[in-house]
Amino acid sequence: MVAVDTVFFVPMKIKINGEEREIVAGLSIGGLLEQMQIRPGRVVVERNRNIISRDAYGGTMLSEGDTLEIVHFVGGG
Amino acid sequence: MEDFLQIAGTHYRSRLIVGTGKYKDFVETKQAIEVSGAEVVTVAVRRVNITDPNKENLLDYLDPKKYTILPNTAGCYTAEDAVRTCRLAREAGVGKMVKLEVIGDDKTLFPDILATLEAAKILVKEGFVVLPYINDDPITAKKLEDIGCAAVMPLAAPIGSGLGIRNPYNIRIILEHATVPVIVDAGVGTASDAAMAMEMGCHGVLMNTAIASAKNPILMAEAMRLGIEAGRKAYLAGRIPKKLYATASTPLDGILS
Repeated sequence: MVAVDTVFFVPMKIKINGEEREIVAGLSIGGLLEQMQIRPGRVVVERNRNIISRDAYGGTMLSEGDTLEIVHFVGGG
Repeated sequence: MEDFLQIAGTHYRSRLIVGTGKYKDFVETKQAIEVSGAEVVTVAVRRVNITDPNKENLLDYLDPKKYTILPNTAGCYTAEDAVRTCRLAREAGVGKMVKLEVIGDDKTLFPDILATLEAAKILVKEGFVVLPYINDDPITAKKLEDIGCAAVMPLAAPIGSGLGIRNPYNIRIILEHATVPVIVDAGVGTASDAAMAMEMGCHGVLMNTAIASAKNPILMAEAMRLGIEAGRKAYLAGRIPKKLYATASTPLDGILS
């Protein structure tokens, strides 16, 4: 038999750093970062061109069609 | 004697500002920066690699409590992109000082001055401490200072070129008129270039490639630290004027006849 976990999976399309991704509906930014194993303290998130402050990650729910930019510091001159 | 680089009210012991790009790895980055003695360190803002997000982070190697992190806007070609990058950087919680660079052309990497001025106006209004990368042009330097930039950063030569100070006369004019620190940014190739900038009276030097792409970056980091120190001390000591003819350094009195 096929696993039935997916029955409860309501997919939602969002764009993260230019790539289309399917995620579970009802996920917050904090939840998404956790799922992606990204440390929230090391990144900055922009949702639809608005910067989301770190303390709002947990309370900001993602919607279908959202565009996210997740950035961090890299080497530069 | 106490001698500090002062930017927007903050004192720095080191007059060398270093970049973090082009190193072999984070370990080498950390080592070179430690040896350079720099306290202000530039970084760039980029997308996290979402296919491998768990990779190590630069800030794991550069303690923001120990170093002042100076985010840059490298790669931005419009004022809008530069402002957006600065806002993102500020949200990372490393302070409000930014290195503003709006690039005009990817071959020379010379700044787009109109866009730089436009972005600087917005950023200053939003409370950023703005350090703009500019041409060695005294008029641009003055305009950016008037807008409220905390320093001006004329290039010595094109970014990564290692040509050294191409137009010392313009840098001297900028120095003569500036009331904010003048930090030579880009184009330095070796320690004598850094020393020359300091001997001229520049307040600081920002470099990346000259250290990171040297055959031995750690040794070059040390050379740059010493070059900056030597140049600064020579400037403070006051050099002798250049003369065409000799002046004997040994007294002529008591000479055998």
